[in-house]
Amino acid sequence: MDSSINWDDLPKVSGRPLEGITEHTAQDVQQAVREVDERLNAIDPDGTVSRNFIDRFIAMGLTRRDFIKWSSMMTAALMLPPIFESRVARAAAVSTKLPVVWINLQDCDGNTESLLRTSDPGFASLILDTISLDYNETVMAAAGYQAMDRLNEVIAKHKGQYVAIFEGSLPLGNNGTFYTTGANAETGISLTKRVVAGAKMVMAAGTCAAFGGIPAAQPNPTGAKGIGDGLNIPVVNISGCPANAINLVGTILEVVMFNDNPALDRYGRPLWAYAHRIHDNCERRGHFDAGEYVLNWGDTAAQNEWCLFKMGCKGPYTYNNCPQVRWNQQVSWPIRAGHGCIGCAEPNFWDTMSPFEQPLGAKVYGSALGIGIDASANTVGEVVVGAAVAGIAIHATATWIRDKQSPGWKNPQSKDIPPKPPLNQ
Amino acid sequence: MMAQLKRFTIDPITRIEGHLRIEVDLDPNNVVKDAYSSSGMFRGIELIMQDRDFHDVGLFAQRICGVCTYTHYRVGTEAVEAALGVQIPTDARIVRNLLHASLFLHDHVVHFYQLHGMDWFDVVAALSADPEKAAAVALKYSPTPYNAGAGTFRAVQERVSALVASGELGPFANGYWGNPSYKLTPEQDLIMLSHYLDALAVQRTLAQAMAVFGGKNPHPQSLVVGGVTSIMDIVDPSRVAEFLGKMQSGAQFIQNAYLPDIRMIADAYIQEAKSGEGYGVPDFMSYGAFPLDNIPWPKGAMLFPSGVFNRNTQMVTDLNADQIKEDVTRAWYQGPNEGVYPGEESTIPDYTGYEADGALNRSGKYSWIKAPRYQGLPMETGPLARLLIGRARKDPLIEKAMTDFERSVPRGFSPDEWYSTVGRTAARAVEADIIASQVGAWVDELAANVGQGQTQTYTAPSNTSGEGFRLLDAPRGALGHWIRIENGRVTHYQAVVPSTWNASPRDHKGQMGPYEASLINTRLAVANQPLEVLRTVHSFDPCIGCAVHIVDSKGAEVARFQVDV
Repeated sequence: MDSSINWDDLPKVSGRPLEGITEHTAQDVQQAVREVDERLNAIDPDGTVSRNFIDRFIAMGLTRRDFIKWSSMMTAALMLPPIFESRVARAAAVSTKLPVVWINLQDCDGNTESLLRTSDPGFASLILDTISLDYNETVMAAAGYQAMDRLNEVIAKHKGQYVAIFEGSLPLGNNGTFYTTGANAETGISLTKRVVAGAKMVMAAGTCAAFGGIPAAQPNPTGAKGIGDGLNIPVVNISGCPANAINLVGTILEVVMFNDNPALDRYGRPLWAYAHRIHDNCERRGHFDAGEYVLNWGDTAAQNEWCLFKMGCKGPYTYNNCPQVRWNQQVSWPIRAGHGCIGCAEPNFWDTMSPFEQPLGAKVYGSALGIGIDASANTVGEVVVGAAVAGIAIHATATWIRDKQSPGWKNPQSKDIPPKPPLNQ
Repeated sequence: MMAQLKRFTIDPITRIEGHLRIEVDLDPNNVVKDAYSSSGMFRGIELIMQDRDFHDVGLFAQRICGVCTYTHYRVGTEAVEAALGVQIPTDARIVRNLLHASLFLHDHVVHFYQLHGMDWFDVVAALSADPEKAAAVALKYSPTPYNAGAGTFRAVQERVSALVASGELGPFANGYWGNPSYKLTPEQDLIMLSHYLDALAVQRTLAQAMAVFGGKNPHPQSLVVGGVTSIMDIVDPSRVAEFLGKMQSGAQFIQNAYLPDIRMIADAYIQEAKSGEGYGVPDFMSYGAFPLDNIPWPKGAMLFPSGVFNRNTQMVTDLNADQIKEDVTRAWYQGPNEGVYPGEESTIPDYTGYEADGALNRSGKYSWIKAPRYQGLPMETGPLARLLIGRARKDPLIEKAMTDFERSVPRGFSPDEWYSTVGRTAARAVEADIIASQVGAWVDELAANVGQGQTQTYTAPSNTSGEGFRLLDAPRGALGHWIRIENGRVTHYQAVVPSTWNASPRDHKGQMGPYEASLINTRLAVANQPLEVLRTVHSFDPCIGCAVHIVDSKGAEVARFQVDV
């Protein structure tokens, strides 16, 4: 298959609708659909690529129905209107054109492992049909200088066209010597700069690459930072510890469909995945509003799946789509397993969200400060009406603060759309 | 008369967790005469653990590794329980074992196919195989081979051929295809390639199994000091059945694909097994795995017993944790040469870098990995160690599994052949099968307890200070976490992990670590293609993110580094 598409020759799609987040009219949606179709037609003029892709998919023992199911799930996750379902399917098919280079820095491989868990299309489809995973040390056959040669070849050949995905933080301390790779002991700083230089887009997979994560937690022995922060470049941050495979694959599809970075929040995270707090969509939210809390691990309240707020759940301060997309093909997610959220998608969560089993109390937190949450939960106690009112007040406060926050570094290319208050207010 | 040796550096070693460099010296016949193992990545997790609330230890420790995910979570949490004297309820122990079982099966399947497979099978050669013949070959190694019809094989060929034809090989680019050290026939290659793709689906199912009681994978989130949180899943029969069903799909794959494929490899690579290629050090160590009662370690019964075993004497001895020391003579840390007990260790980074041309400094320090030693000796740890120790302890289950495997290899497999790269890889599959065979009984035990109203999953800790350790085997081998807690806060933390034992550099006596020792006399069939070196190093299943460690240095300042980019 020809992978020499020049992305710069393809139109970008402006005004990507985000269901429930951006204001858009039916005309806006139609306009976006027209532009996406135009783009997909430019990549795959007669539809052969898509047809072959679905045929291969079916040859692997999956059905057309499986594929449609996956596209509609993905469309919903991307917060796109249903009219995009067939476009998402097609984007998955033509994204063979997208060369991907994946670099592991100060990592634990959790994000590579998370990507391995992707489904419909699974990882096999992803690497054989969907993307060209040209460099990933965890799965690639070549090692040593044959691996390094491969990297150099890919970044030269696909200059300006490849997506660079980083996993793990970048250690800047001691002249970068806490990370060296290759026969010449190149530092992570040098490697990252080389790879970033020719990338069409830079993605950080997981909280370490996005914000520094655990290596950057106090006392940060190696001077670790996230990629964007460390090199002061725009990065699309797919945070989480690890990042959910849906958010990784969804972002890749988004690039194929719109030929543009997704709309991002102030921390460079795609709004489609990180616009709402865990707390906003939590299945146990009703118990929070009713003042029904788990007070000890394994107590009757825990068996009845009451709210984990008093066990230290950081759902009210954490932006991610776990409650909607869950984990491992919707099998579960931490709150369903009876453990509070630890805020793993947020910057500095190891320091700001810990101790993980205690409510934040008076701790000040940088993104959406849940002012009054702790106080109201404790004083309102079991008064149902009061709790419901408090819940609304909390939402209002947190959302207001989020809008008023002065942004940190900002991605100059992002369309920074202030989120609307969630619908349940 | 010393022939001129040629240095050959392999960095990055791919298809592992983490960052590993192997440097070997080759003689004119491309035979390895000297070997060095080094890691070039350091994070400092133990330093970061300082002063944290003890409840959080497991979650921090878990991030040591996303492949061993859960292992450090469990052992870190249990180290806290040991330090504070917490006895967890029986149901919590069973669920922790079930989660661990899902990790072992997942890890072993992914290791063999995704990480290690391409050392044994040739992707490109598989494309020239006859699918009909391949279907017949598969029947030679299993009466019920997994997804092994001619139609499946043809579809796999077409799929991968399309990739090759496009010139975009993705992960298969620059492999060592066509190297004469590949011993499988094209039909056998095709079976392996097909199962490589099947394994990607199976590992997803096994990860889902972990998510049932763990909430997610990687990095599950349902363990707390004193027990587990997933009580709703434990008391819900449909959730328990969901877990069991997913584990059974994994077990089926292990019986009908993984084990038969290992038989096929042992058959094809029998010369390598007989010559002991990849055999490293004579001493093997295991802390044991899967506690079967509530009696504290090391007295309690375990599915895999603990001990230290020597190949030459064939003797197994009981383990004494006091005899473990970490030597830093050749690692980038300061500390006394003969090493220190992990509960006492106190070291700080001492980075001395590389030679001017980027080579390892062989006369000095050359790795971020320390050199753990037991009674002053390097130890191999992992599935092979667990089986050898189980057999030496006359464990009937382990003895039978090993004997069954020996008999099932068409060309035969003698007890001596376990001491090789082939044997190390076979041990992992045999172990996976043993674990898979026990899961049903553990689930029944859990269901019976719940049925009788025994639903306690948590014991609250009553102390906030103490010190202790937890030693338990992870998929890759012996894992220990040592901890001291004062007034609810961590004041000392140290992990000594399987890959630290296996990937260790030399020590103050000059003794090589197991990776280094196992490479000596390995011959490369093609100069500059390190296929045979990768095969042996991969057989240990390296996990280098885990292996690199530092301890708190009591009172020592952590250097603040100048950051300039």
